[in-house]
Amino acid sequence: MRRELNILIGGEAGQGLVTVGELLTKALIRSGYNVHVCQGYMSRIRGGHNTFAVRAGVERVLGPVSKIDILVALNQETITLHKGQMREDGLVLKDKEIEMEGDGLLEIPFKELAPSPLFENVVGLGFLSALLGLDKAVPQGCIKDIFGKKKPEVVEKNLDVLEAAYSFARKQGIQSHNLARTDQKPGLMLTGNDGVILGAMAAGVNFCSYYPMTPSTGIPMTLNAKGKSLGIVVEQAEDEIAAINMAIGASYAGARSMVATSGGGFALMCEGVSLAGMTETPIVIVVGQRPGPATGLPTRTEQGDLNLVLYSGHGEFPRAIFAPGNPEQGFDLTVRAFDLAERSQGPVFVLTDQYLADSYRNVPPFDLSRVKGPASPGDSWPDPQTYQRYALTDDGVSPRLVPTLGPYLVVADSDEHYPDGHITEDLEVRTAMTEKRLSKEKIIKQDVVPPDYYGPDQVQTLLVCWGSTLGPALEAQGKAGKNKVGVLHFTQVWPLDQDHFRERMGSAGRVVFVESNATAQFARLLEREVVPDSKNYILRYDGLPLDAEYILARLDLS
Amino acid sequence: MVSVDDYGDFETAWCPGCGNHSILKAVKKALASMGLEPHESIFVSGIGQAAKSPHYLKANVFNGLHGRALPAATGIKLANPRANVIVQSGDGCNYGEGGNHFLAAIRRNIGLTLLAHDNQIYGLTKGQASPTTTQGHATKAQPGGNPSAPFNPVAVAVTMQANFVARGFSGMIDHLADLIVQAINHPGFSLIDIMQPCVTFNKVNTFAWYKERCYEPQGHDPEDWEQAIRLANQWGDRIPVGVIYRGTRPAFEQTLPHPTNDLLYKNRPARDVLKEIMNVYS
Repeated sequence: MRRELNILIGGEAGQGLVTVGELLTKALIRSGYNVHVCQGYMSRIRGGHNTFAVRAGVERVLGPVSKIDILVALNQETITLHKGQMREDGLVLKDKEIEMEGDGLLEIPFKELAPSPLFENVVGLGFLSALLGLDKAVPQGCIKDIFGKKKPEVVEKNLDVLEAAYSFARKQGIQSHNLARTDQKPGLMLTGNDGVILGAMAAGVNFCSYYPMTPSTGIPMTLNAKGKSLGIVVEQAEDEIAAINMAIGASYAGARSMVATSGGGFALMCEGVSLAGMTETPIVIVVGQRPGPATGLPTRTEQGDLNLVLYSGHGEFPRAIFAPGNPEQGFDLTVRAFDLAERSQGPVFVLTDQYLADSYRNVPPFDLSRVKGPASPGDSWPDPQTYQRYALTDDGVSPRLVPTLGPYLVVADSDEHYPDGHITEDLEVRTAMTEKRLSKEKIIKQDVVPPDYYGPDQVQTLLVCWGSTLGPALEAQGKAGKNKVGVLHFTQVWPLDQDHFRERMGSAGRVVFVESNATAQFARLLEREVVPDSKNYILRYDGLPLDAEYILARLDLS
Repeated sequence: MVSVDDYGDFETAWCPGCGNHSILKAVKKALASMGLEPHESIFVSGIGQAAKSPHYLKANVFNGLHGRALPAATGIKLANPRANVIVQSGDGCNYGEGGNHFLAAIRRNIGLTLLAHDNQIYGLTKGQASPTTTQGHATKAQPGGNPSAPFNPVAVAVTMQANFVARGFSGMIDHLADLIVQAINHPGFSLIDIMQPCVTFNKVNTFAWYKERCYEPQGHDPEDWEQAIRLANQWGDRIPVGVIYRGTRPAFEQTLPHPTNDLLYKNRPARDVLKEIMNVYS
């Protein structure tokens, strides 16, 4: 009996390895196991070398591991590339036609057990489920759920194939890779993207526009497929520039709007970010990071776009950036992002990456009763003549009304504007409007999510991480010994509140930053932010250049 | 009764004699004649002198980025399909920076009215060639003559079977106002490319130049696509104005599945529906 297994399914794109992997993952979660899936794929639809690694455990599994207990080889290349990762007692499962000799080898007669190549996925599922010792009713249930919408005879045929695979596997008499039983309640099977999707739905997203780009395409695709009953409109735009401008337009018209993209697509959206800042239009922007620069490694992962997101858009305006570490945080932070975008009337980001976006985990169902969703913009005004979209208020937030629903007029402008929204070049108004926009940072700062700390109070080594590196950092901590290592994980990377981390970082023996990029972007941001309390500035933002007189008038030389 | 006066009277930043003044008059006239109150329309614009137009009348306004008026307007229309959404911007904004969005809006057939103020020059940035500037036309930026062939928005729109394609002239205010009414009333995407003089930077295509050439063709059937193609490509000594092509494609927003109501912001997720969706993942 095993308490943990790492199963790697490898093959070409188009061979159905993702289907086998997803079915197996579902069966494992329904059997009460903890799972973590790491997907590796290439930028092609057929061929290439793809992997779907399922790590299953009786205890929590938080990240990928390299050692393989069961290697399912759908082609020769998988064996060549991965046999070096096999544990000593590992098993290789392969079709007869794939060449390999030695111990720990099991041949699955895919072609004999499957009436046609279409059914080879179910052969894989049946064989693996039997090998792991899963109750046959569980994969049967998965098949019924997946194929149930098709004709009943399709379900029957698949169930027959599953049966054949099961009995073939049983005849091999191998029990060495059975998983120990658990009594954990099955949860949901979610990727990081799914967490974001369900969070957006719970927050009441109405509109999503996008231009397809790995690894975020799944978000609009699923919103489109599953969101009809929620009245969600999803539009595939002609390019990313159109996507963000469309979402901002929809938001101006009252809709809760989002876009989902990756670094390269987001680079095109940056002018739109500035537009949201200037027009004070709420929008949630999901950026699924992948390695750059330019097209980089389109299907791999990296946390390389923090700086791009942090500094995106010209000019000065507030923003918040969330970085979930798992699907649960993806849900919570996306809900939070929609609420904050509405309250601060501007852009709010959810920063993920390919690893998180595509990796399945078992997640307890979300408590939907605690999700309120953001407030709606208004649709009436007592005296329509007095309504001003950019009225100057104490907290910088002006009343937002949906246009055309009443006799008031909603005027929004990318140019500098008067409180009524109309264009101006009055430099005093410019100054007041800049201050108004920036003052909304207070609303964002009130609610900064503190980093989570995992570990003892006093710690020699503190790992500081953000976003998707949470799982791997926690696993490292577990292996090093919980008393020796602490983990400080940031789920909000902007703005930062020093009170949340200064003491913790100051008291640690040493601080080690853990992030998936080459230049330690978050570490440098933190270092920049840990500044003395006493700060003095002379600043000017009315549109005129600084001069000595201006400086001296504000410089306290007494 | 709605009157032109309801749309207000504003001081503008345009040169005296600029074609934009007459277009503004025609717009107000059209809206008033339709009995539309100021708050019933949303004007969307990009950047440029023409894009300032919505600031000079009473209406809801989204004045966005250069070239990006059409995508913003598309989002607005999808979020509120009942709104009368009018896009107003220049030839540089719509056909240069926003060229891709122009093509996409035609393909999508989203229910917008695009009023393209076409003065064949960049006015706001002081006189560079625009996508519609005639080849060989000398400007400060192209002293040897504009090297590129002009974009013909009307011919492109007709070729792509845009649902409503018209050419207007700012010197024919009543005629233009009538075109605007027809464009607003026609479902799907409507384009009116409006010839207008830039009195400061375009010394070739002057008011007199347009006046001499613009004419209303007699007996043209806008539903005859081949006739429309011929008319759309007529340019030079004689420039036809009026409705060039009219199609019958259904408007994009009318094909969307809006289950609860037209105004997207009113859709709040029902908890039992959310639960059902969440259960799919179990």
